[in-house]
Amino acid sequence: MSAAILVWSITIAQAMLVIAMACYTYRLARGPRAQDRVLCLDAMYVCAMLLVLTMGIRTGSSLYFEAALAIATIGFVSSIALAKFLMRGEVIE
Amino acid sequence: MMHAEMLPAWAALLTALLVLIGAGLTLFGAIGTLRFATFFERVHAPTLGTSWGTGAIVLGSIVCFSVLGSRLVVHEILIGVFITVTTPVTLMLLARAVLYRDRTEGNAGVPARLASRREQQGRTEAEDGDGDAR
Repeated sequence: MSAAILVWSITIAQAMLVIAMACYTYRLARGPRAQDRVLCLDAMYVCAMLLVLTMGIRTGSSLYFEAALAIATIGFVSSIALAKFLMRGEVIE
Repeated sequence: MMHAEMLPAWAALLTALLVLIGAGLTLFGAIGTLRFATFFERVHAPTLGTSWGTGAIVLGSIVCFSVLGSRLVVHEILIGVFITVTTPVTLMLLARAVLYRDRTEGNAGVPARLASRREQQGRTEAEDGDGDAR
């Protein structure tokens, strides 16, 4: 019973997260300017992190936690670098 | 799904509810990013996913692993704290970069610099500094 609840809810949640990533991909492809693309890339990193986290709940292993933390860190650093690039035209001055 | 059978029904229901709330908020944020018209409106939408979207899924994970392990497992809070701290930094840097770009290109609909606004009001407070944080 509880397994069915968990499996169904996590499947629906993962579908929602994938649809959210599809929305961001659409905006990433269409977005009128570079800043929209940077914003969508940052949001897609968060979505991927949440997807890995739900995968961890589904399998019951805490290995996924470290992967999620690594994805969050890389997303932060890359978004900062891209925003800096938009501002200055170069990342490291 | 061997571990899920060991989960009591209340914990499974609570985890399911929290995970669904988190994923739903993230989806709403993504739809908002699609529907808003200007960038400065769009920059607000993904924060739905980074605030309570992340928070609810992290809480669901904490509930699930705490009940499974019969002890308090809170290391997922690290992700929540990290996302909460880093998202405002990223988005404010991005919004400032966009403001700078829009002003450089002279686009319409961008708020004027504080210094030039003072000049328009006829006040000459040159020694006051330009008042515009970089």
